Amino acid sequence: MSGHSRKEDEVRRMLDLPHPKVPVDLTARASAHGTRLLNRRRTWRLLLWLLVTVAVVAFTVWASAAEPWTVPPSDTTPPLEGW
Amino acid sequence: MRERRQAGADRRRAREFEAFVAGAAGRLLHVATLLTGEPAGATPHAERLLTAALARAYADWDRLRDADPYDRVRTELATRYARGAWRLPRSGEGLLGRLGPRERLILVLRLYEGVAEEQTAALLGLPVERVRAICARAVTAMRRPAPARRPAPHWPLSLLSPHSRQAAR
Repeated sequence: MSGHSRKEDEVRRMLDLPHPKVPVDLTARASAHGTRLLNRRRTWRLLLWLLVTVAVVAFTVWASAAEPWTVPPSDTTPPLEGW
Repeated sequence: MRERRQAGADRRRAREFEAFVAGAAGRLLHVATLLTGEPAGATPHAERLLTAALARAYADWDRLRDADPYDRVRTELATRYARGAWRLPRSGEGLLGRLGPRERLILVLRLYEGVAEEQTAALLGLPVERVRAICARAVTAMRRPAPARRPAPHWPLSLLSPHSRQAAR
């Protein structure tokens, strides 16, 4: 074994202490916080979908009313030539 | 229909999460305590760090699929610590008290958790050589005998130390 990994093993043993006592309500606290995060995420997703839906509906209504694909009638008549 | 499925998913997630925490919380809290350098028995910062990391894992639980939740929580713990270490009180106490936040983090990830050099480097956004060098430096620092505490200075000089200045006020 090289000296380097022997030194690392020594430090590893220093770190390997008995685990601290876990508070009894840790799971409850973490899952409550996690549920809040989940709900917030769901709310944001819902809002985003709502926004997309409103945008699509608004665009459809505007497009069917304005019909931007039709060529506007021209204001000028073509020049009259060769008669 | 959809709500019933949702409730079923919530129950399953809660059950799996509880089993995971029961098995892994002791080791994870030890990791967090090594990072914050708090004495055993009074670890509010480590507990807060771990609770936040676990909450994130809980929220991501359904998307984890085949990923190991332990890895996920450890990564979250490390990034949260790296981001917020400056806010923790620097006591200089504890087992890793003489190391800086980055040295602590790398030492714990590499030696205690056995994370590969490449993964540690990717996690912290550092080159692999840098991680190796910091780890070696931390190992050397840990093996040096603890520096002897300097005795408190006597009267005229004691006025210069911030602690006594506060006490005199």
